[in-house]
Amino acid sequence: MSAGLSLAHEPVSGVPHGKLAMWIFLASEIMFFSGFFGAFIVLRNSNLEVFSHSAAELNKWLALLNTAVLIGSSLTMALSILNLQRGNKKNFQLFLGLTIVCGFIFLIVKTIEYTSKFNHVDPVFPHGIFPWSNVFFAFYFTMTGFHALHVILGLIPMIYMLSKSFTKQGYNKPVKLETLGLYWHFVDLVWIFLFPILYLIFPSHH
Amino acid sequence: MDTATISLHETTNHSHDHDHSHDHHELSFVQKYIFSTDHKVIARQFLFVALFFLLVGGFMAMLIRWQLAYPGEAIPLIGKFLPDTLVAGGAIQPNFYAQLLSMHGTIMIFLVIIPLAVGAFGNQCIPLMIGTDDMALPKLNMYSFWLVPPAGMLVCAGFFVEGGSAAAGWTSYPTLAALADKGQTLWLVGMFLVGFSSIMGAVNYITTILNKRAKGMTMFRMPLTVWALFITAILITLGTPVLAAAISMQFMDQFLHTSFFVPSHLVHAKGALYSGGGQPILWQHLFWFYSHPAVYIMILPTMGIVSDVLSTFSRKPIFGYKAMIFAIMGIAFLGFIVWGHHMFQSGMNPLLGTTFMLSTIVIAVPSAIKIFNWLGTIWRGNIKFATANLNALAFIATFVIGGLSGIFMASAPVDIYIHDTYFIVAHIHYVLFGGSLFGIFAGIYYWFPKMFGKMLNESWGRKHFYWSFAFFNLTFYPMHILGVGGHMRRVYDPYVYDFLKHFQPMNQFITISAFILGASQLILIFNILWSLKYGRNAPRNPWRANTLDWAAPAKPGHGNFDKDITVYRGPYEYSHPDRKLDYWPQWEAPEVVGDENKSQVSSLSHGGH
Repeated sequence: MSAGLSLAHEPVSGVPHGKLAMWIFLASEIMFFSGFFGAFIVLRNSNLEVFSHSAAELNKWLALLNTAVLIGSSLTMALSILNLQRGNKKNFQLFLGLTIVCGFIFLIVKTIEYTSKFNHVDPVFPHGIFPWSNVFFAFYFTMTGFHALHVILGLIPMIYMLSKSFTKQGYNKPVKLETLGLYWHFVDLVWIFLFPILYLIFPSHH
Repeated sequence: MDTATISLHETTNHSHDHDHSHDHHELSFVQKYIFSTDHKVIARQFLFVALFFLLVGGFMAMLIRWQLAYPGEAIPLIGKFLPDTLVAGGAIQPNFYAQLLSMHGTIMIFLVIIPLAVGAFGNQCIPLMIGTDDMALPKLNMYSFWLVPPAGMLVCAGFFVEGGSAAAGWTSYPTLAALADKGQTLWLVGMFLVGFSSIMGAVNYITTILNKRAKGMTMFRMPLTVWALFITAILITLGTPVLAAAISMQFMDQFLHTSFFVPSHLVHAKGALYSGGGQPILWQHLFWFYSHPAVYIMILPTMGIVSDVLSTFSRKPIFGYKAMIFAIMGIAFLGFIVWGHHMFQSGMNPLLGTTFMLSTIVIAVPSAIKIFNWLGTIWRGNIKFATANLNALAFIATFVIGGLSGIFMASAPVDIYIHDTYFIVAHIHYVLFGGSLFGIFAGIYYWFPKMFGKMLNESWGRKHFYWSFAFFNLTFYPMHILGVGGHMRRVYDPYVYDFLKHFQPMNQFITISAFILGASQLILIFNILWSLKYGRNAPRNPWRANTLDWAAPAKPGHGNFDKDITVYRGPYEYSHPDRKLDYWPQWEAPEVVGDENKSQVSSLSHGGH
């Protein structure tokens, strides 16, 4: 843009471009997961028996641990944003680091869960549990898989920001971190819905 | 006098100079033309890629038409060059026919109309028409384009894999699609990428429109093209991800043999791979939840374009500006609650069918508001029959026919009879070719000067229009008759049925018309190439239009404008009674009372630069 022109003025809405775009993108993300949730409701109603006994195979305690880890990471994320805004570099690094650690703990627990499903052998699932085993597990692996993908995609910029903060010029873009925080809270929120529908809805007769 | 001013200035107008002043360092060729973040370059990229796919998709249509007119006969000229997996003795085989049908629909919708209407015009128009230097997130914009060519290649690569390309129709209905070969998997991956590209573009459009409007550019001073693209972007943001979810599930069905859409007790060679328990109709619900809004994604931007073109060439304000906006919003909202009208015959509770029928028919109301407002706009206007305007007028005519035939399909009892016949083929082509594509042509002729700094040749333009319009109608109008006569769509050889045998002459008539229609599009391609090289240099504001894009230099450089932009009025102040000039640009400062002459001169120089 040429000097002297003010065509690229302050955002009209008062919200920075990136942050506004993130909100709009999150609306899109909600619809993406709604597709799965909607399909889940439909197929659960027509396969109630399968969904019931399959849900019982999941490890709800590991999932509960993951829920706590992810909610905790949302807290540390918010604190790291706060500290970056206040220019408190040490605490910003600490809380962002904790967020990353939580993200990795979540993924490790997820890996343990997946592996135990693959190795699970009983009369109903003689060859282990895989996405193709039945419709419930198709949903389980697809939905948690897409969620885990979102966790991974959130961790990449976090690691970049943290490592940048240790360099000479440091990291000082609170708006970008806040935008990433919005995304991270959304990922957390998706899990809050996934946890009950996959792990906790138990059949009355079980 | 006006033209004289314009031609005086056009020779001195070198966009190159602006480039130099805008950029601190010269961009390399790759940065400037390939991985560019400039919205205008991205618009041109979308335009050329989509026009390329228009030729590919159109060529497939020609092959389809050949088969319907002369089934079992060798394709002239190229038949003997095609491999034996596709043709037998030069004649199209059933599996090849299914692939052609599916790919024609897919390419035309996802790689032609959407990239043209949303990608090309969205990028070209939004920043220029709201008076800003670029999109809010230029890099995201670049990524959005660069997902399209790989997606197109993936989808087309299906022709070269075992089993051929996707052949389950552009709708990809399971269980046929879920059990299909690798070509279908490539189709799904390609569609996911196209969808992601759309979403990234849409997020950017919404952000740009909300955040980057020039001083004085309130929402209700935006041109209808921008409004239409804004609402379209909202449709994309909310609709496309649902298709992405459905595509992911069908991809899992194909790739990992899950059973989202595969029912129990399947009798099929691949049946043992599947646990069953899924529902094929679930796919239809998810698919149409996106793909019905998608028809508005394809028509709304062109409605905006047509509004701008009609108003400019009628030299009259758009009739009912706000009503037009609310009609767009109404269509968009209703578009989300009518998807079931594609599924009356799929097995649906008649009560639910009735609600979908009613909500669908209600769409006629906002659509009619738009039609009447367009007619009100041209009513007693000082109409200039430039090529852009001819195409815009054709849009109204064909959209009315397509809209009316839509009401037949929306009525469940009638739909039972005409469902899956050539009636719907006629309908979809009247709205997508007659509507969207003529609207896009109008946009191309209208904005070509701003995109390339050259005028398109009007004489070739008129030839392109008249041939296209005549043979468009000769091609698609008889299809209504075929449909009501019971001619199924997607049928490989209609004449195995006795009751369709008498339709062969009509099909041959349609095919010959279609060939001429296809050939007419070469005039457009020729015109674009010829005008790029030999075309008259475009003045800054060749149509004497009001919107901000015409305040920019003839071929705007990076950063778009060479002066600051303040908006003083709405976009359609044509033939204002207090002015001698019949237009009043949005960027022109209000006149000082009693100093009329001076302001007239200043507006001329603004318009002419």
